[in-house]
Amino acid sequence: MMQGFPILSAILALPLLGALACLLTGPRGARWIALVTTLATLLLCIGLWAAYRVGGPQWQFTEYQPVFGRFAWALGIDGIALMLIVLTAFLMPICIAASWTAIEKRVPEFMANFLLMETLMLGVFCAQDLYLFYIFFEAGLIPMYLIIGIWGGKDRIYAAYKFFLYTLLGSVLMLVAMLWMVNFAHTTFIPDLMATDFPPEAQTWLWLAFFASFAVKMPMWPVHTWLPDAHVQAPTAGSVILAGVLLKMGGYGFVRFSLPMFPEASAQLIWIIFALSMIAVVYTSLVALVQQDMKKLIAYSSVAHMAFVTIGLFAFNRQGIEGGLVVMLSHGLVSGALFLCVGVVYDRLHSREIAVYGGLSNNMPYYALLFMVFTMASVGLPGTSGFVGEFLSLVGAYAINSWVAAVATTGIILGAAYMLYLYWRIAFGAARTPDAAAMLDLSGRELAILAPIAAAVLWMGVYPESFLAPMRADVGLLLARIERAAPQGDAQPTAGTPAPVAPAHGAEAHH
Amino acid sequence: MLQDFILVLPEEVLSTGALLLMLAAAWAGDRSAALLTWLSILLLAVAAFLLPGLGFGPAGAGGSAFFGLFAADAFAAFSKIVIYGAAAVSLVAAMGWFGRDRDYRAEYPVLILFAAVGMGMMVSASDLITLYVGLELQSLSAYVLASFQRSDARSAEAGLKYFVLGALASGILLYGISLLYGFSGTTQFGGISAALGDGVSTGELFGIVFVLAGLAFKVSAVPFHMWTPDVYEGAPTPVTAFFASAPKVAAMALLARVSVDALGPATEAWRQIVIFAALASTVLGGVAAIGQKNIKRLLAYSSINNVGFALVGLAAAGQAGVASVLFYMSVYVVMTLGAFLVVLRMRDANDQPVETIASLAGLSRTRPLLALAMAMFMFSLAGIPPLFGFVPKFMVFTAAVEANLTWLAAVAIATSVIGAYYYIMIVKLMYFDEPAPAFAATREPVGTGLILLSALFVSPLGYLAWGSLDAATQTAAWSLFHPF
Repeated sequence: MMQGFPILSAILALPLLGALACLLTGPRGARWIALVTTLATLLLCIGLWAAYRVGGPQWQFTEYQPVFGRFAWALGIDGIALMLIVLTAFLMPICIAASWTAIEKRVPEFMANFLLMETLMLGVFCAQDLYLFYIFFEAGLIPMYLIIGIWGGKDRIYAAYKFFLYTLLGSVLMLVAMLWMVNFAHTTFIPDLMATDFPPEAQTWLWLAFFASFAVKMPMWPVHTWLPDAHVQAPTAGSVILAGVLLKMGGYGFVRFSLPMFPEASAQLIWIIFALSMIAVVYTSLVALVQQDMKKLIAYSSVAHMAFVTIGLFAFNRQGIEGGLVVMLSHGLVSGALFLCVGVVYDRLHSREIAVYGGLSNNMPYYALLFMVFTMASVGLPGTSGFVGEFLSLVGAYAINSWVAAVATTGIILGAAYMLYLYWRIAFGAARTPDAAAMLDLSGRELAILAPIAAAVLWMGVYPESFLAPMRADVGLLLARIERAAPQGDAQPTAGTPAPVAPAHGAEAHH
Repeated sequence: MLQDFILVLPEEVLSTGALLLMLAAAWAGDRSAALLTWLSILLLAVAAFLLPGLGFGPAGAGGSAFFGLFAADAFAAFSKIVIYGAAAVSLVAAMGWFGRDRDYRAEYPVLILFAAVGMGMMVSASDLITLYVGLELQSLSAYVLASFQRSDARSAEAGLKYFVLGALASGILLYGISLLYGFSGTTQFGGISAALGDGVSTGELFGIVFVLAGLAFKVSAVPFHMWTPDVYEGAPTPVTAFFASAPKVAAMALLARVSVDALGPATEAWRQIVIFAALASTVLGGVAAIGQKNIKRLLAYSSINNVGFALVGLAAAGQAGVASVLFYMSVYVVMTLGAFLVVLRMRDANDQPVETIASLAGLSRTRPLLALAMAMFMFSLAGIPPLFGFVPKFMVFTAAVEANLTWLAAVAIATSVIGAYYYIMIVKLMYFDEPAPAFAATREPVGTGLILLSALFVSPLGYLAWGSLDAATQTAAWSLFHPF
């Protein structure tokens, strides 16, 4: 159907052209251009989803142009990338709409940066060439640095520096590992590299170098500290993109590089992942519990949720990996929506302090309802997307290490604690300040922003098959690739030796 | 013999041209300065066209001239094109900048031409004597250029400082040359290489160390960098732009040729020195820049930092390593000249040049396009993709990894994060902070065009030039390993 048409290049080019157009217009024009561009990109991505053949070849919509000296413009997606692309394209128009009135200064530049960001994020998921991936991965720092630094809150400059330098330091080591891999394998083509067997002793170093980058990006404890700062200071739309998509790049990196390229090292160093994830789940949940700042609370909860992703992805079994991927998608929607919910009240009172709100269910019933849906999804209530992912992830983790599963499960309880506590303080009781009592309910625009996410969250919770189906074959291929190194689980159900059943006399007698 | 003279045609054209222009300058005075500048640029273009080793022009594929004193190969040709180009750009920049203060003088283009001849000799030197003569010709012109604004005490100080320290470096270099000559019995690179082939004696080792120390001064690699910030700060800004570009390329190319052609068999000996200088430069160039208040000092440390990365490529030795050095320097020149062209635009409301970094604050609001260009140069110098400045770093690190120096690549790339800090600090100033007083408006279409061209080159569009630049540097490096 779409044979020959370079749809991925088109998807990448569209926001870029929109960004240029934004720079040439005034604030009003820029808003509309950005909205139309992101909607058109979303439309293209939905077309991509529709045209993607489940059960078809692993890599679809491939393009290959060796235009650069040392690498190629190689694009192509599998089901995992497809889902993340759709997530990105889905969140972008929402971000633009959320910034409609919140961003007042330098609007054209803001919209241009955002559209540039979209191109780069989509590029990360489309890239089929190692260096092309790196360039997209790294280039995202520039617009995000500007978004945080120009349109952020009070301590925006510190946060922008921290974000930039932290993530830069993580990824430069990955670049050296990439150079080594290309020198070893003589190819930059990711599918070829995924099939290359690197020597196990080298794998350890390569794995660690990639880990340095992805762990910062995820972020994993203890290198997560840039995230709360960046989230708190970034404008609402920036937080949504950060939580919704940028964090997913770390998880995507683990699935695309660390696991299939270094299976032995992944098995050997699995304890790092599990240890850090377990600490993250418990520690950041506890930290979230005591936060006074809504954005910070959600930021810490992101770190805890991302730990479920890493636990699942490194479980070396289908449930775990699929669970990790679903948590990624679900968290992208839910945390994005939660940041938008914060943005809604922030736009009214210009405060993120939990203490100034309260009793919003009285004067903002629609808001309270939607906020509750997202709170429940974040807690992992069955019927919401959060449940599917976390459940699968824990099932996978249990099969390999019951301790990890046990500790991670406490995260669900703690998650319920801090989210419900937050919701209680925001929505129930009496308003703590007169300003909070006077706030108006959601406007049409805000409703239009939040309702689609709520629908998606419920869809993923009720019928996750729509999202799992495109990824199933790819998870299968990944499993086939890593199973040779899979560590043995500690839960080994063994057949017991049941005592021989005594002959049932009565049965004969009654006949 | 005639063939020899054809091989040095570019040098002859530049030398006679410069002498004639000097006469004209003496005759016509400073009124002719603009005309002489354009004539100098024309001479540079003609010289570039006459370069041997490019496969066209009268000298064809090049060769070795004057009994092995002078090599006119593809390596020299590539370096000279970059050098002549950088010299021409700094001439244009100087004309506009001095012109505004009405103190542009006709000696300026002449001095630049002499420096260009010297730099040409440096990159073509295949004998220690040629090396020294070329280096001194370039240096003497540079000393005069540094103190070109005679009325400015800082400029005079910079010239003196440069001269004294430069003389010291020349002394060290000469001492090294004498040792190498004494222990190997020849000044020719090929002969030295042969003498080193059967083991490196202690005397030769000392010679190598001193020669490298002298050359490290010229590329301003740590620990021989201390003159750089002072001279860069004191010299008039267009002169600083020149210092940061063409002579750096010449010195780096010279260092590469000496290391490969003369000291090739002693690679293990000089590699340690180069690695130390490389890492020390990247670290110090990054750390020391952070506290700077003056944009020219900052760019001085930036050049030290960048030289460190180029040295990483040199440490890789081999053809890929040399090619990566050339690649690095040619992109570095564009980024640095672009940044300096923006700095040349920094003038307050009274049309006086300003040099404080703080005066860049809020530039994105007062001069959005200038700020955008500067931001691109800064991100590019920091080596952040998708800007083209990422690629030269990529090339040097690739060369290092291919030469089994993965640890060096890893350490050097980690130090690049330090450098990134102050580059993004400039971006922060221009984009995040409240505007400082706006700069005076300028009407210099040529300068604007050059900024635009450099910005386009460092933009992702530059990637389209990657392939051809890669091929050109590979050819150049190949010729170094296959002398005539």
